[in-house]
Amino acid sequence: MNREELESLALGERERASRFSCRFLCCAGTPCLSAGGAAVRKALEKAVEGKNGNSSVEVMGTGCVGPCSRGPLVTVVTPGEEEHTYEKVTPQAVPEIVEAHLEKGVEAASVPSTVSRDSSFFTKQQKIVLETSERIDPERLESYVAQGGYSALARALEDMTPEEVCEELVTSGLRGRGGAGYPTGIKWKQVRGAQGERKFVVANGDEGDPGAYMDRTLMESDPHRILEGMAIAAYAVGAEQGFVYVRGEYPLAAERLGKAIRAAERQGLLGDDILGSSFSFRIRIRMGAGAFVCGEETALMASIMGRRGQPVPRPPYPAQRGLWNAPTLINNVETFGSVPPVISRGGDWYSRWGTDKSKGTKIFALAGKVCQTGLIEVPMGITLREIVFDIGGGIPGGGAFKAAQTGGPSGGCIPASHLDTPMDYESLQELGSIIGSGGLIVMDESSCMVDVARFFMEFCMDESCGKCTPCRSGTVQMVRLLEKIKGGRASAHDLEKLEELCELLKATSLCGLGQTAPNPVLSTIRHFRHEYEAHIEDRHCPAGVCSMPH
Amino acid sequence: MAEVTLTIDNEKVSAREGQNLLQVIREQGIDLPTLCHLDGLSERGGCRLCVVEVEGSSRLAASCVTAVREDMRVTTASDRLLRYRRMLVELLFAERNHVCSVCVMNGNCELQSLATRFGVDHLRYEPLYPRLPTDASHEKYTIDHNRCVLCARCVRVCDEVEGVHTLDIMGRGVSSRIINDLNQPWRASRTCTACGKCVQVCPTGALYIKETLSAHVEKRPDLPRRIVDARKKRVWNS
Amino acid sequence: MSSTPSGKIRLATVWLSGCSGCHMSFLDLDEQLLELNEHIQLVHGPLVDRKDFPPEVDVVLVEGAVNNEEQKEMAGILREQSRIVVALGDCAVTGNVPAMRNGLPVKNLLESVYPVEGGHEPPGLSSGSEVPRLLPAALPLHAVVPVDVFLPGCPPHARTIGSALKALLKGERVVLEQGMCRFG
Repeated sequence: MNREELESLALGERERASRFSCRFLCCAGTPCLSAGGAAVRKALEKAVEGKNGNSSVEVMGTGCVGPCSRGPLVTVVTPGEEEHTYEKVTPQAVPEIVEAHLEKGVEAASVPSTVSRDSSFFTKQQKIVLETSERIDPERLESYVAQGGYSALARALEDMTPEEVCEELVTSGLRGRGGAGYPTGIKWKQVRGAQGERKFVVANGDEGDPGAYMDRTLMESDPHRILEGMAIAAYAVGAEQGFVYVRGEYPLAAERLGKAIRAAERQGLLGDDILGSSFSFRIRIRMGAGAFVCGEETALMASIMGRRGQPVPRPPYPAQRGLWNAPTLINNVETFGSVPPVISRGGDWYSRWGTDKSKGTKIFALAGKVCQTGLIEVPMGITLREIVFDIGGGIPGGGAFKAAQTGGPSGGCIPASHLDTPMDYESLQELGSIIGSGGLIVMDESSCMVDVARFFMEFCMDESCGKCTPCRSGTVQMVRLLEKIKGGRASAHDLEKLEELCELLKATSLCGLGQTAPNPVLSTIRHFRHEYEAHIEDRHCPAGVCSMPH
Repeated sequence: MAEVTLTIDNEKVSAREGQNLLQVIREQGIDLPTLCHLDGLSERGGCRLCVVEVEGSSRLAASCVTAVREDMRVTTASDRLLRYRRMLVELLFAERNHVCSVCVMNGNCELQSLATRFGVDHLRYEPLYPRLPTDASHEKYTIDHNRCVLCARCVRVCDEVEGVHTLDIMGRGVSSRIINDLNQPWRASRTCTACGKCVQVCPTGALYIKETLSAHVEKRPDLPRRIVDARKKRVWNS
Repeated sequence: MSSTPSGKIRLATVWLSGCSGCHMSFLDLDEQLLELNEHIQLVHGPLVDRKDFPPEVDVVLVEGAVNNEEQKEMAGILREQSRIVVALGDCAVTGNVPAMRNGLPVKNLLESVYPVEGGHEPPGLSSGSEVPRLLPAALPLHAVVPVDVFLPGCPPHARTIGSALKALLKGERVVLEQGMCRFG
């Protein structure tokens, strides 16, 4: 396939879609499917059968819409008419919806409740990576191509040198979305400049923070976007082989990525001589086996190479010596997902969003004690208040916001007094937290911060690989100390010991897991020391979560 | 090979490019404590006892896996480092059942002597008292997991020097454990050559030769270095 | 340090779950004991015929791990009534050999030591039997009460005990010589 053929494929698909008088778009992300989305889709297919000649109606699965707790979501698109997105659709409600749209007219029918697109949940978002997610059938390459898919790759291959691609990424100001926030363009340049007969590109889809599902959604919703981003990266750094490392618990993501790879290879968008150029690039999927630490890049590479998933000390960094000692570019899947728009619309365009040092948009998985949970994409620098109260609709039951945990077990909490903090890499770091990969858990007054700290500490203890002493053994002692505090059995001396262990892990652990494991403890101590003291001195849990001796 | 100049504990020192910091520090006569490091084996960087301060870096560097660089300024024994090393040793003691008084290595154990060196007079951390097995199925050797510090010297010597890779680690975190083959009893191992190198390099009493009396065991942790050198030079000096 | 009318230090020793090896090591001070005797008055311990723990003790040397309810109570009393508590030897310091039973179910343990006929519960399983109730785990002394000085070793060398006592008699902080602070 060459560029013209790509364009005609897009045209053909757009034409095909325009022929339908009515289209039922069923969100096919895991949250909607787990709420019964597959049965709804089946019911829809059955209901439209024989109606209106059938051929002019389409039922298709799409990527994620966003308000996940309201799924299954079905959007009905009728040319020239207002779109309707129905929430919590059941198979029983399907005939009513079909009838309303194909026969009676929407006003006349009593249909289930709809999701308002004018609500601040949608209007406050800025979708760049997820822009087309809810319009794309993740299982059909044509569907992605019709939305402009692979045109960024075509542009890079035909109009740009690899150096120019790297430069465009530098201009965009895009930073790694896996958590560390390393400038993507700089990393690409380093891999490009590294000496090596062969090089590799790896997409890190080993998302593991509790409550976070940005990467899963992206892989499930728009797999071709990741492949395209990787191919552009491979062209820029000079790699011919890529791997997508998918968390073992994400079978649907792996299945859709696998389908996407095969389809792209068939169409000459991956494989040899891509789009008629001399550039070749192949992608293989590697599944994780359930270890959180494999999200750490050196452990991830060990796992790809078939070794025990344990980190090794850096340097050498993967950009110098990675997979099989070859220079390796590792980016998070969301980072790769941000690449096509940067190339097709330009780095300058992308850098219009965000703050001075944190450009573009970030996907967050909004969870916890907030009215509207779900997957959101917002410009960097948006305040936490806007996310929780405008997008999330505030705390359910009129409760008071207490804190939000960002960055999962490597991050920290942001208390109410900092609700107006802009969400960018530097601001959160100053507060003792991190943007992280995008998990955002909202807590109200019913959460005990010592209990929260223990939860994340226990997570780190369970996920410690066991290679280095401080992380392996220190996390266990920290959990014990936190349990002692929770149980009203601790002294002020125990709190000192806990803080000293935090210091030890931060300073001496081998990899990021151990180095950042103390963060939830440190940040809760920093912002909620009075709660720790209440547990220790008064044998009292202010939130009423921990059971105390009498 | 190119020379680099660096500063270790305020002394100017020259080193060869490619050397790791630990080698250079030890060449200065500084007895930097280690546990997982062993001459002749690949570096693991796991025990973290050899961490040092490198000026300009907020994190500490494990010297065994840190390459020397020009103008590096290194501190090997600040109060903070000594405190951390002591904490690490205490954590190791609390992690398994180290009962020195009844151990075959009493008096010759590297963990025990590290505790003595750092003045560990008691454990500030709650001992975990895990229930761990002892595999005495092998004809000559025993592995007592209660005394293991997971330094993986045995794993590396088995793989890198003996070349059979019978030993490895299973599980993760604090439940990690040394295993034979795919976690078979030692006697049932079809790959083990019974060479005993694992026993010789074990820093504690986790691996020992059967029927040895307590406090009379002397191991040969110099073995890997000697073998590796002898192979290279094709000369064996016993 | 001096609190008796005679100007002597009131010294007590306590034997919890241990083999008495630490007490033997104390006796190994040999002729130094005579010298010590000038300065101390031994007010309690296995070497003294007195059952209750006396008040106003200056220094108490505690051998052994805290293994049962009676010993736990004793630990509380000796802490209450002594100015300086010394954990003497590995059992008091780390739990040592007595702690090797930790993790085993207490019932199984007692049944194998005290075979009981006819489904009766073994002594030591619950409070009120003629044998003090065994704790779920043998504990180092500092897990039960605050400890001021730790003298590790199995047993601690007589020299270690001697030098610690000398420092305590002078009212100084105990700083063990390099090598004296040793487990095992």
